Amino acid sequence: MTKLIVVLLVGFLVVCAIGVSAAKSLLVSVVIFMSYSLVMSIVWIFLESPDLAITEAAVGAGVTSVLFFVTLRKINAVEEDDDESDTEEL
Amino acid sequence: MSRIRKNYENSFAHRFLVFVKGDKPLPEEDHVEEWRNRVAEVKETERTENANYIELAETDPYEDAKRFAQMSGVKVFRKIYYVLAVLMCLMIIGMLIMNVMYMPRFGSAETPTNNEVAERYLEKGSEETGVVNTVTGMILQYRAFDTFGETNVLFVAACSVMILLFRKTEPEKAPRKGKRKRKDAAAGNAPEGPSVSTADGQTEAPSCVWPPAMDTEEMEPAPDVILQNVARVVVPLIFLFGLYILLNGHLSPGGGFSGGAVIGAGLILYNAAFGFRATRRFFDEKVYDIIKVGSLCLYALIIAYYLFTGANGIASVVPLGRLGTILSSGLILPINLLVGLEVACTMYAFYALFRRGTF
Repeated sequence: MTKLIVVLLVGFLVVCAIGVSAAKSLLVSVVIFMSYSLVMSIVWIFLESPDLAITEAAVGAGVTSVLFFVTLRKINAVEEDDDESDTEEL
Repeated sequence: MSRIRKNYENSFAHRFLVFVKGDKPLPEEDHVEEWRNRVAEVKETERTENANYIELAETDPYEDAKRFAQMSGVKVFRKIYYVLAVLMCLMIIGMLIMNVMYMPRFGSAETPTNNEVAERYLEKGSEETGVVNTVTGMILQYRAFDTFGETNVLFVAACSVMILLFRKTEPEKAPRKGKRKRKDAAAGNAPEGPSVSTADGQTEAPSCVWPPAMDTEEMEPAPDVILQNVARVVVPLIFLFGLYILLNGHLSPGGGFSGGAVIGAGLILYNAAFGFRATRRFFDEKVYDIIKVGSLCLYALIIAYYLFTGANGIASVVPLGRLGTILSSGLILPINLLVGLEVACTMYAFYALFRRGTF
């Protein structure tokens, strides 16, 4: 059972990794990257290293993504208004 | 930026973009037809005029290749390029997977890492350092010098980011004045921006300044009701959890870096919800400087103490305490706290500097 969950999670990781590079919008890429980090932290728990899991969740999913969002905002890749939600090409 | 100009196809920008990308405009159909007709015409005249005409041009590979390159070379090159890129990636993946297959199984007893070093750590770690969590004992006691170097790397990284991103609007004036000015700008009655620096005439170029008008009210995040209410509940819990990880670093998984990262993430969440003015009430530049430099210096002192006692064979004065209690394992608890403070400050500093250029 545990093995099945791990295999599912690792499969999800692969899908996320491909999705990050395949996503059209940079914002979507960052969100997928965030979910990648979250799943990775669960995988760390299965690999019996909970301290790494804590760090991954805090740094990978939290701080790094926030820095990415701030950067996207800085380079005007994120639209402020919702009605102009289609992102532009960069 | 997202709008496309009406006459974009003929504009200079579009032509320049096409030039940079390197793809030629493909010859139009009628143009190709005309060109073929002319070639056939020339051939016909040659054949009729020259009696002993040998059909060389038909089979000349160079001519064929040239024509092919002119007609659809770019397209085919792109296709080949994509195929080669994918093949390259697949080859690298295959090589890495092959390497992985040669590695020993996860957790097997015959791995090369299961040598006497790990044995010593596992068997005598608790006894020698007084920690239950062997990882912390290893990082902060056996290999304390390495960890100290890593903390210094973090400190230097934060310093260099600050050197690069800090806005200096008045370089030649006293820093105290600049601070007051910043406070005034936060209150919203003193315009601060490139205009201040250009008034002196010979200050740095405005292009070097981190995006202007960052101190004004409009850069404050819009008060979001959902975010604020969630943050009000969650932020104290995050801080509590971070402190727990810090203080329990020698008993349970975690330690300085993890706890510091959690606290830093909590600070960032608080900032995102309530804005820079709320955060600056308890965490401004001065507090940041004191915490960061102070914790690093204290850490260095502790490491110096370790080195001194270790090199001279003197037994440490600090008692190890009873195994498994909070106040045990000597100096590991203060080191964890100091590293955590350092990391939390660095995390928040990165965020604040990227976001605004100041605290």
